Amino acid sequence: MTATVPRDQETRERPATSPQAPRRSAVRWLADHIVLIIGILVLIYTFVPIAYIFALSFNQPSARSATAQFEGFTLNNWTSICEPEGLCESLQLSVLVSIVATILATVLGTLMAFALVRHSFRGRSTSNLVIFLPMATPEVVMGSSLLAMFVSVGVDGLLGFATLVIAHTLFCLSFVVVTVKARLAGMDTRLEQAAMDLYANEWQTFRLITLPLAMPGIVAAAMLAFSLSFDDFIVSNFTAGQSVTFPLYVYGSKLKEFPPQLFVVGTIMFLVSFLFVIAGEIWRRRRAAALR
Amino acid sequence: MTSGLDTATEPSGPVVDGETSKRRGWGWLLLVPGMLWLAVFFLFPTVQLFFTSLYDPSGSYEQGYTMTWHFANYVDAVRDTWDLFARSFVYAGIATAVCLALGYPLAYAIAFKAGRWKHFMLVLVIAPFFTSFLLRTLSWRTILADQGPVVDFLQTILILPEDGRLLATPVAVIAGLVYNFMPFMTLPIYASLDKVDHRLIEAAGDLYASPFTGFRKVTLPLSMPGVVSGTLLTFIPASGDYINAELLGTPNQYMIGNRIQSAFLTEHNYPLAASLSLILMAIVVVMVVFYVRRTGTEDLL
Repeated sequence: MTATVPRDQETRERPATSPQAPRRSAVRWLADHIVLIIGILVLIYTFVPIAYIFALSFNQPSARSATAQFEGFTLNNWTSICEPEGLCESLQLSVLVSIVATILATVLGTLMAFALVRHSFRGRSTSNLVIFLPMATPEVVMGSSLLAMFVSVGVDGLLGFATLVIAHTLFCLSFVVVTVKARLAGMDTRLEQAAMDLYANEWQTFRLITLPLAMPGIVAAAMLAFSLSFDDFIVSNFTAGQSVTFPLYVYGSKLKEFPPQLFVVGTIMFLVSFLFVIAGEIWRRRRAAALR
Repeated sequence: MTSGLDTATEPSGPVVDGETSKRRGWGWLLLVPGMLWLAVFFLFPTVQLFFTSLYDPSGSYEQGYTMTWHFANYVDAVRDTWDLFARSFVYAGIATAVCLALGYPLAYAIAFKAGRWKHFMLVLVIAPFFTSFLLRTLSWRTILADQGPVVDFLQTILILPEDGRLLATPVAVIAGLVYNFMPFMTLPIYASLDKVDHRLIEAAGDLYASPFTGFRKVTLPLSMPGVVSGTLLTFIPASGDYINAELLGTPNQYMIGNRIQSAFLTEHNYPLAASLSLILMAIVVVMVVFYVRRTGTEDLL
């Protein structure tokens, strides 16, 4: 650090004597902030469709299909979310499938992560490979192989909630394992040793030290699993049978008329997740402050 | 999501009293339920898919198929669809490169330049992606439409000819892939950059490295695990995707995913669909293994 100080002074003095001082400092400012500016531009780009969805949720379409232009302001779409036939049923199914799949994937995946990080046994690298494979499998392959299995086992008449949960748990599982594993691998095991030294038994150590420390990783994994599951179209398209999840409903609407209420749901999804993440951030700061 | 594939297999906790922090014994039992799930619903269907791919292609969905070990299915599949495979990997490759070009500066800005806005910016990276990706892709379809604002603007500044269009072109499909898989690139890179010890970068500066040299010799190599995870997490789903090609392109831009989907769900041609799926999976796995070896990040697997 000390060596950079003289250079800083040097560059700071130079513009003062130079006639082109303002331009130089502008260039310098730009050089310092160019990455930040690019980053913000990229962020703005990712928000373009969100702004579009938000605006169109207040649209009063004249035609029956609502994808086109903004024609008039209305709040009707917000008060009649459930009006399009099947929309709310599809949301209900999606929420239910995602909750069950998230719980299953988080529990199974966390156990696996603990086994892989905390215990040594033969076949660990094989296990790692088996966990990695589903992530290296394109979704269309996973969906089609599951459908082929369900058909050949003869349960294709029963496609629906159960097969959706099975499929969603499957593709969430690997993501949960890697997320929790990353958290566990970075944890300081001396804290657990200290607890044991202070006569905590294995269960107490786990409940009071290990689990709270691993919690941020587990929560992050569960949130990831939920969002992957809730937004999944490709695998669901193969395994849903006659049931309709929200993404399948959107896809179906694209072919027929497109109810403007879909934009309302999109906006609500954005707002709810945004609030969730902000709340999590506040909770994290409080916790960090309390620990200090 | 912040971690991606970025995992260390060994715990970094120090060894105390010469005793390893790993316990032997019955800990592996924790692995059993999850492994059973993967075996029954992933490995078994994949093996079965292999058998399906060898069925007699003259059978049909209604009459059923007979197993004839018909390896020629693979030859037929490749002969009929090699152009779709080529297009898929070209589109996915370009999309991955663009994602890297956009995602790396964003991740870098968040990790090093955002200051106290760091977590807020991170939230902004993730937030758009909680809205249904189909809705977002359909929005792009309208935004990029022939009468839409983007085409108008590009025609005004003469980048696009008067009759030029974006929708239904490869550009739109690739842009859609870039958009949809961006966080899978940004977040692992951010996770790697965030771990970089700032003192190393300062040390490079102290040793008279220019900021650019410092970045090239210190920051970039240290962020490689994130770059590798990010490119994999982008490239793999992008190569199998068929939604962007369907919504933003025409059959002329269709990728292998479109073909597999229609072979399975519309034509019920299971042998063809199964052999296409397995070829896709095999190519992806081979590419991943080769890539990971090349970049020397085997720990990721």
